[in-house]
Amino acid sequence: MGKWSRRAFVSTGLLAGGVLVVGVAIRPGNRAGKVAALIADDGVTVLNVWLKIAPDNTVTAIVPHAEMGQGVHTTLAMMLADEMDADWSLVRMQEAPAHPEYANYALAKGYALGDADFPAWLIDTIDGVFLAATKAIKLQITGGSTSVPTTGMLGMRVAGAAARAMLLQAASDAWQVPVAELRSENSLIVHEASGRSAPFADFAVAAADVSLPPKPRLKDPHQFRIMGTSPPRLDIPAKTDGSARFGIDADVPGMKYATIRAAPVFGSSVVAVDEAVVQDMPGLRKIVNLGDAVAVIADGYWQAKQVLDRLPVEFAPTDHDTTEQGDIFSHFAAVLDAANARDGNKVDFARGDATAALNESAKVIEAEYRVPYLAHAPMEPMNCTAWLHDGKCELWLGTQNPLGFAAEVGDAIGLGVEEVIVHNQYLGGGFGRRAFPDFAIQAGRIAAEVPYPVKLIWSREEDMRHDHYRQASISRFRAALDSGGNPVAWVNQYVDKHDPVEAPHIPYAIGNQLIHYTESRTHVPWGFWRSVDHSLHAFFTESFIDELAHVAGEDPYQFRRKLLQNEPRYRDVLDLAAEKADWSRALPAGWGRGIAIHRSFGTIVANVVEVEVSDGGLRAHRVVCTVDCGFAMHPDGLVAQMESGIVCGLTAALYGEISIRRGAVAQGNFHDYPMLRIDETPTIETHIINGGGRVGGAGEPGTPAIAPALANAIFAATGQRIRELPIRKHDLQRHELESRDTA
Amino acid sequence: MISINVNQQPYEIDVDPRTPLLWVLREQLGLIGTKFGCGIAQCGACTVQLNGAPIRSCATPVSAASGGEITTIEGIGFGGMHPVQQAWIDEQVPQCGYCQAGQIVAAAALLDRVPNPTDADIDTAMRGNLCRCGTYPRIRRGIKRAAAIMAASRDAADSSDG
Repeated sequence: MGKWSRRAFVSTGLLAGGVLVVGVAIRPGNRAGKVAALIADDGVTVLNVWLKIAPDNTVTAIVPHAEMGQGVHTTLAMMLADEMDADWSLVRMQEAPAHPEYANYALAKGYALGDADFPAWLIDTIDGVFLAATKAIKLQITGGSTSVPTTGMLGMRVAGAAARAMLLQAASDAWQVPVAELRSENSLIVHEASGRSAPFADFAVAAADVSLPPKPRLKDPHQFRIMGTSPPRLDIPAKTDGSARFGIDADVPGMKYATIRAAPVFGSSVVAVDEAVVQDMPGLRKIVNLGDAVAVIADGYWQAKQVLDRLPVEFAPTDHDTTEQGDIFSHFAAVLDAANARDGNKVDFARGDATAALNESAKVIEAEYRVPYLAHAPMEPMNCTAWLHDGKCELWLGTQNPLGFAAEVGDAIGLGVEEVIVHNQYLGGGFGRRAFPDFAIQAGRIAAEVPYPVKLIWSREEDMRHDHYRQASISRFRAALDSGGNPVAWVNQYVDKHDPVEAPHIPYAIGNQLIHYTESRTHVPWGFWRSVDHSLHAFFTESFIDELAHVAGEDPYQFRRKLLQNEPRYRDVLDLAAEKADWSRALPAGWGRGIAIHRSFGTIVANVVEVEVSDGGLRAHRVVCTVDCGFAMHPDGLVAQMESGIVCGLTAALYGEISIRRGAVAQGNFHDYPMLRIDETPTIETHIINGGGRVGGAGEPGTPAIAPALANAIFAATGQRIRELPIRKHDLQRHELESRDTA
Repeated sequence: MISINVNQQPYEIDVDPRTPLLWVLREQLGLIGTKFGCGIAQCGACTVQLNGAPIRSCATPVSAASGGEITTIEGIGFGGMHPVQQAWIDEQVPQCGYCQAGQIVAAAALLDRVPNPTDADIDTAMRGNLCRCGTYPRIRRGIKRAAAIMAASRDAADSSDG
């Protein structure tokens, strides 16, 4: 933890009523009270975490992250409370308002430019894809599995430890005893020798005047009392009785309801709207033409939807009106061929001379994989309530980036970021989708046309057809085995790279590697999808390594294990998965077992899947998951995220497919973009390894390894190699019968 | 005017009788615990009980619910906490939480009908309720725990009767 100390600035302040506030800014920019003068030379706020100690001895942690089911509010509060020695029952959590002081843009930037490694996902995001650089300061992101590794490890823990040190010093001054004779526990300061103890709150006022500790001392893991335990999540009770408020539940007096239809082909625009057809329909208030979309405002959502469904809208033709999904894949293939022909690939990773090793090898294996576009389809469709009044715009919604949304909406309607007030609600699923502000901008623009608040709700069809999609891709492999069956060359060429940069990398000891790619952007908008590029590359690489094992005539677990000789953490995770899954135990006929391992966002996950392929089709019975994220802050939360990531990955592997038809998304609802249901969900057993080292993420790393583990299990059961997702496109049963016939 | 009974309260509402019950609950009655997910009875987020049976309120015209007894997440515990709600906390079921009102209402309807459900019973009763966060393993555990809570309270009632 040495790296933060040169950057950390701790600030304190006293609020009315004797409430002590402690803030941590890692790098200058904190505008709080006494620290402002110290840091005025740099306008950047890297990270602010705040805690408040109130006279009733409650501690409130204020963090700049959104709760979307990952339990982040609870876990971050635990990290702070543990370092403080706070009584967990006296700890509260509050989400930071959308305000520049809570921006974590420069957290990413500071670490990118500095000496700490920071998730590349966020760096690319900031530099170009997501917002223009001039706007990038206005980011307050929850994503990239960064909340615990960054805000938690670098902010919450420091704030808690600093507060503890200051309270101890204040107690030492008050009681005239050395700090060394004092200890803190359960929100009390205790002096054993004199038998005195008093609540933290008694020293809060005095602590505000204590000199700031230059380097708060953090606990070693063996001193943790709260970190590493699983207290009930703070947000769950309200999610069982209907009282949790999501964006769609905003209730603003006088509000009307809107729904919207954007141009079906991305990039098209509205040519004509025939309002006369619908003008007498009940409840209609106003039709708003946004240029690339048409919105209907009515007294209720259903009335707005009835009007919109009957409203004739003509959209402009585009260059993509005849584009089909097959055209996109054909284009990818052509682009890959062309890049090879003129040496046009961009190199991801190169070691040794893979091309020479391939040419010298007697045994070369080739395969091509492909995956489709994917939609996020969170259970809560996109929605935002907007109200323009008194020179301000208030927004009620669920967002992964409140400050970025405020900036974008402000830009769209001619207000500054300070004049846009974001009331962030619970997110009914984020998965990356709620980092994109398109729907909030629409709501702001619609509300700018009327004097009353408007709740814009997208239909499920609109949500499905105007997402920001996980890319479709083709990935080609060529590998060589030596005479002993050991891989000596690995060449991987794929189309369309996003983040993180290391997603296609492999952990295996293969001496000659060339991983390269070419760009072939389509008119389909791209977005962060759970685990981002890892969601496709784990399927590609962990399926192909399985192919190599098969060609080498080796057990897929042992084959990987041998190639992980220099990667002890990977090996431990792999070994535990094989052990817990009884890897060597025989399975009934028609069953198969598959294994895969992948590291993402600093966390290594292995899955072993057992499937049955029978007359009744494909059935995944059991998943064993092992995970090493360094240290599990909230083990039950980590288990929940593994279960969640696995179900998400299974859904995508089995069913997930967004396809383009005549330039637009063909799917529209859950009947043609199906989700895994409870009766198809295998048992999932998760085993945690606290491997030490830098703490990794939890929300995304559960997703990547399940698709290849499943596909490898299908191969073990049927001999059929799945090289294209989703699996439902393949007729597994027929193949099995054919292979029986030939046998 | 249409008359409906929701959580043992009578309401008279002035709406188009074709309006889906979901939007009447949310927009007319302010019962916003019931959620909109798909609009075509494919996801179960809008599940409420009509005379004890789970229905998809997004695809049920309000006129079809008139005269029946509608129970939403707000009324499932009859002023207290339903054993399913307690079990959901005990098993830490929800993640984002958006689908959970529908899950809980569907689970409560199952347990009213089948006090000690098998895995197959749970599959059949709950397969209409999607959860994008993948809480299915915990939903299964939650239903079994709720069944145990309800059995224990029945036993306690029996022994106090005896």
